[in-house]
Amino acid sequence: MSGATGDALVRARKLTKRFGSFTAVDAVDFDVRPGESFGFLGPNGAGKTSTMRMIACASPVTDGELSVIDMNPQTQAREIKARLGVVPQTDNLDTELTVRENLEMYARYFDIPGSVARSRADELLEFVQLDERAKDQVETLSGGMKRRLTIARALINEPDLIIFDEPTTGLDPQARHLLWDRLYRLKQRGATLIITTHYMDEAEQLCDRLVVMDKARIAAEGSPRELIDRYSTKEVLELRFGDAERAGLDGRLEGLAQRVEVLPDRTLLYTDDGEKTLDEVHQRNIAVQSALVRRASLEDVFLSLTGRSLVE
Amino acid sequence: MRAWDVVWKARRLVERNIMVYRHQWIVILSGVAEPIFYLVGIGMGLGGLVQTVKLSDGRVISYTAYVAPALLATAAMNGAVFETIFNVFFKLNFAKTYDGILATPMGIGEIAIGEMLWALMRATLYAVSMLVLMVVLGLILSPWAILALPVTLFVAATFAATGLAGTAFLRTVQDFDIPMGLIVMPMFLFSGTFFPVSAYPTPIQLFMQATPLFHSISLIRGLTTGVVGGQQAVDFAYLLGFFSLMMVIAMRRMERKLIK
Repeated sequence: MSGATGDALVRARKLTKRFGSFTAVDAVDFDVRPGESFGFLGPNGAGKTSTMRMIACASPVTDGELSVIDMNPQTQAREIKARLGVVPQTDNLDTELTVRENLEMYARYFDIPGSVARSRADELLEFVQLDERAKDQVETLSGGMKRRLTIARALINEPDLIIFDEPTTGLDPQARHLLWDRLYRLKQRGATLIITTHYMDEAEQLCDRLVVMDKARIAAEGSPRELIDRYSTKEVLELRFGDAERAGLDGRLEGLAQRVEVLPDRTLLYTDDGEKTLDEVHQRNIAVQSALVRRASLEDVFLSLTGRSLVE
Repeated sequence: MRAWDVVWKARRLVERNIMVYRHQWIVILSGVAEPIFYLVGIGMGLGGLVQTVKLSDGRVISYTAYVAPALLATAAMNGAVFETIFNVFFKLNFAKTYDGILATPMGIGEIAIGEMLWALMRATLYAVSMLVLMVVLGLILSPWAILALPVTLFVAATFAATGLAGTAFLRTVQDFDIPMGLIVMPMFLFSGTFFPVSAYPTPIQLFMQATPLFHSISLIRGLTTGVVGGQQAVDFAYLLGFFSLMMVIAMRRMERKLIK
């Protein structure tokens, strides 16, 4: 947690969101500092989007405190929104306008003068590589292109804080990598980003710091590296067994690793030296279909915190 | 001051709609044609049979002059209702256009008022073209008619607010049949549009006198034919009250629908 008030761009204390009797966000605390990219990692329904919507002044806070750019979303929504860029989970581009008109019109909602709007639209279309599609209707764009246009739109007011709610969900790998590259460039320009995701690789690639959310609460907080160090071993040995091999396994893996996680399709052995552990598996004459030694990832952190895997 | 800020900012939504209709201006022109078709088709056709109508002050006027102000009011209603029901429903439920706009400094008030202003602009075009036609055809019988334009816009505002209030209750496209078939259509037929209310039995008369279109027609017809009195004051008061009520409902429903 950061120290004095004021050096956090977003500050939440006991922030709570309830829909009737259902609690979507349950008294969470976090600080997002200027210039960092801050992640919310968690499965669907963990409360990430509700948190994002409260920050973006799109959803009223039920309880607790929230300040965004030193302002209160309840009373200063307009002022806050003037300085935010929002990339929502589902694209809500203006389908009755062309690609270029989407950017120019959006600028007008921020009272940006027409000439400035046009030159920014030019720059941004180039930035998201849509300059050749400028005159096309939005509906003719692919999913990845729509996403990029939504990002360009979120940047039209030169925001101090940009919120990305699951920026790459539903995109193919190529489109994802292009998007990551653009987000990475924004980060390098010093923008403050808030990113929600249920993809581990995304969080590891893009986030300086993150919180792991599960069931409306924050389960852990830190940089990806810190979280891995704290909640996982350095390496993971992944073993796959045939049905017969698995049946004859009972207890034979005990003592080989600091922790053993049995998933439906594979078994994970948490250890600081994967190769050594694999040798020991072989010494015990345990028949293995395949074995893989890898570095621990945020997936393992999530597994260790909640006992469940993230996607699936 | 605050309220004025909202109205001023609402012009952005008008700008947006102008941008959209730059590609489809023909749609707007079709709205101009509608009341003219009615006037020619019904006014002149039926006018051949009916010929004259006796007003409450005893004057006898041509049937066309009797029907024309009613068609003006109806055109204002149709333009406003179609714009606010169909177009707003689409933006609210399918395109999620408003969700995108709400992420900017625009609020629900700006959106609701912006859509109304736009509906009013369309209505102005329809009303002006209809009034010009009425002047040309000699259907304006009184200097009071000078007020017919602002009053028609007020009627359009009332129905735009009604449409906004209604659209936020609709869930599916099939639901459209309810306001269109059960409210707009009967109102069109039973609001003294084509015949004086007195031509109908008492229960229907009572229903007619309760509808906003009846009062709109009564008010506008009073102005163009020169029968201005207590009834028109009642009409205006009724419409003012109805407009305020619908505006409150529209804002509440939009807020419920958009802010979760």
